[in-house]
Amino acid sequence: MPPLFPEQASTMAGRVDALYFFLIGLAVFFSLLIAGLIVYFAVKFHRRDPNATGARIHGGMALEVTWTVVPLLITMVIFVWGSSVYFAIAHPPDDTLNIYVVGKQWMWKFQHLDGQREINELHVPVGRPVKIIATSEDVIHDFFVPAFRVKADVLPGRYVSVWFQPTKPGRYHLFCAEYCGTRHSGMIGEIVVMDPNEYEAWLTGGSGEGSLASAGGKLFADLACNTCHRPDAQGRGPVLDGLFGRQVALQDGSTLTADEAYIRESILTPSAKIVAGFQPIMPTFQGLVTEEQLLELIEYVKSLKSQTEQPTARPVPANGPAPGENTPVKK
Amino acid sequence: MSSTVLTPPHHYLNDGIGVKSWLLTRDHKRIALLYLAGVTFFFFVGGAMATLIRLELVTPVGDLVSDETYNKLFTMHGVIMVFFFLIPAIPAVLGNFLVPIMIGAKDLAFPKLNLASWYIYMIGGLFTMYAIVAGGLDTGWTFYTPFSTVSSTSNVVPAALGIFITGFSSILTGLNFIVTIHRMRAPGMTWFRMPLFLWSTYATSLINVLGTPVIAITILLVAAERVFHFGFFDPRVGGDPVLFQHLFWFYSHPAVYIMVLPAMGVVSELVAAGCRKPVFGYAFVAFASLAIAVLGFLVWGHHLFVAGESVYSAMIFSILSFLVAIPSAVKVFNWTATMYKGSVSWETPMLYAYGFIGLFTIGGLTGLFLAAIGVDVHVTDTYFVIAHFHYIMVGGTIMGYLGGLHFWWPKISGRLYNEGLAKIAAGIVFIGFNLTFFPQFILGYLGMPRRYHAYPPEFQVLNVLSSAGASILAVGYLLPMVYLMWSLRYGRLASSNPWGAVGLEWMTTSPPPTENFTETPVVTWDAYEYPARVETHVA
Repeated sequence: MPPLFPEQASTMAGRVDALYFFLIGLAVFFSLLIAGLIVYFAVKFHRRDPNATGARIHGGMALEVTWTVVPLLITMVIFVWGSSVYFAIAHPPDDTLNIYVVGKQWMWKFQHLDGQREINELHVPVGRPVKIIATSEDVIHDFFVPAFRVKADVLPGRYVSVWFQPTKPGRYHLFCAEYCGTRHSGMIGEIVVMDPNEYEAWLTGGSGEGSLASAGGKLFADLACNTCHRPDAQGRGPVLDGLFGRQVALQDGSTLTADEAYIRESILTPSAKIVAGFQPIMPTFQGLVTEEQLLELIEYVKSLKSQTEQPTARPVPANGPAPGENTPVKK
Repeated sequence: MSSTVLTPPHHYLNDGIGVKSWLLTRDHKRIALLYLAGVTFFFFVGGAMATLIRLELVTPVGDLVSDETYNKLFTMHGVIMVFFFLIPAIPAVLGNFLVPIMIGAKDLAFPKLNLASWYIYMIGGLFTMYAIVAGGLDTGWTFYTPFSTVSSTSNVVPAALGIFITGFSSILTGLNFIVTIHRMRAPGMTWFRMPLFLWSTYATSLINVLGTPVIAITILLVAAERVFHFGFFDPRVGGDPVLFQHLFWFYSHPAVYIMVLPAMGVVSELVAAGCRKPVFGYAFVAFASLAIAVLGFLVWGHHLFVAGESVYSAMIFSILSFLVAIPSAVKVFNWTATMYKGSVSWETPMLYAYGFIGLFTIGGLTGLFLAAIGVDVHVTDTYFVIAHFHYIMVGGTIMGYLGGLHFWWPKISGRLYNEGLAKIAAGIVFIGFNLTFFPQFILGYLGMPRRYHAYPPEFQVLNVLSSAGASILAVGYLLPMVYLMWSLRYGRLASSNPWGAVGLEWMTTSPPPTENFTETPVVTWDAYEYPARVETHVA
């Protein structure tokens, strides 16, 4: 006997399935109603005399109103229910474990904040909300984990996030659900949900490359970003400390909230949004940094706490440069 | 239902013989038959591709064809079935034949334009066939960017041109129908005396005229970005890949109604004649067609629920999608109510009508799953969607098309087909269809993504069921092809009104004369007024 129903392995699965079962009930009820009426009428009113005609009934207002209003009310119930589930899917809690993923033809490349990298396999702890921040190197992909009932298109040039809270240790299918070319059906992987202890053990047994933010800090220096973006407000570029999540006033008078997409754009197309009080002198880094390096830089900027929160002039990345790497001096 | 039947000495089929008399005809009935040849050809090409797809999916590993070939198969299956079969089938074949006759006119408003539409359709088809023969197309029928513009190495441009060109045939046919229905109704044929097939054809034509230019421009932008590397959709040069999806679905969602509204019109005719009774709630069914045409333009965003759409725009598109379900539900209830106290026939056309109502109901109800955003996130881009739209397009449109083809076949050909075989074929189609597509709902909820050449082994049993169903369905589609062709030569002659139905088309000979009626009819009665009037034609 093949499985007829997918495993429920996230906090969202039960909520999605509840609405799904309600909809199945509704669909079965109305299908049987219509099919039953058709069969009943077809038998009861079957034409026996070849010259017979039907009764001259043209319609009935009461019936028309009923079968317009009742379906309308039912669909509005589904609408509200469906939207509330969607709200929960769209809004991650605050305390998520963040993991980056870059999709490319035809693989998933994961980057953990602590520095571990994985391909087509993602280890996460059970019971903790996880937020996947995803982008694509080439075409549109889609991050789909049926057991978690979550799915999001992974778009080139944008960051999309998708979150889930696994409830059961195990291995679950990860599918690319947006057609992406020749080996689309091979762009699959597994989410490995582990007990928290095992997960900690897995984390510490990692590659030892240093955290994502520290890799970003090194790159920040390698690319000489720090010559202009200085923590002391004396540089030619804006101070980045405490930037992430803050309101930024732009030269054209508008403001925006600094998020991953803004930082990405400011690295690749610096002239698109000029911060008030600065000159458009920054060169583009398009083609000089990969999607993965962009994520490191973003994570580094995120790690720069504002001066008031953290009195040190230059926050040192938590783990420092990886052993054996060159000192980040490039002038 | 006269006992002795004679073929009229002069009718549109013998008014001029030879290839030239067909290829240069301006008679809407002959053009309908040219279209019939065209759509039948494309239906079997698209069907052959579907057969290979289902054969490949019998086993979880990709073993019958390569992944590249598989991707081309589902792409070309979609392109051919959507643009060269489903969209033109009912309007261009049955609509062309019936619109002038049903309103008591001699022809469409622009007969030469009508012939030009067929040539444009065939030229578009030629480009697309060239794209296949020259190596195929692997973008999916949806042409999603940036894959189609920067990544795919297949024949995007010829296929895009084919669709672009064919679009003009839809626009011109739509225009022709709108003008004809406005300007050429016989004396006494008021709007509310028109058969419901004309209301749905009219609504379809509005979508064709208003929507098709959008897909034409969109597909041109894809070709332009591919050739000249403009940054419309490619984010690396400042484009937005999701913009394409908005433009594409702005046409392609209404296109679903281009495919299904004409079938709904056919079913209204089949149910009225099959019950010898007016359609219950005529005005509600008529306005439901228009409501679907208008609301259908406002729901495209429900294809983008997981494509980075904001929560609030998703909610707006969700509620609008629920609203467009209401007029469809109203139609289903009205058709069912029409059967009450009818003189209900079990003949082949009515069997297809039963099939349509049942399958369309399931297709429509599963649409609610997709409009409910929280559930859509899980089922979109899976086999659930495949099953849903095949219930609408194959269970709906093709059932309507086949039902209509059987119903009007005696009028079109002047011959009767073998009723026993036709009933068996209708049963085979119904069983084969459900066995093919019902398992796909379950597969989709299990999480099997669409467009997968290989899949995890736990999905195999349901895929085998689906493929078994497809082989039954194929037989169901080949049978009518055989016995309808056979009837052309050996079928019994049809009387002018073999079903005892009302409607102007049943008041002229089978087949009708070139000018449709020997004298212009004067209409003094509402649609579907039974018992049928005395036949007024002069043979």
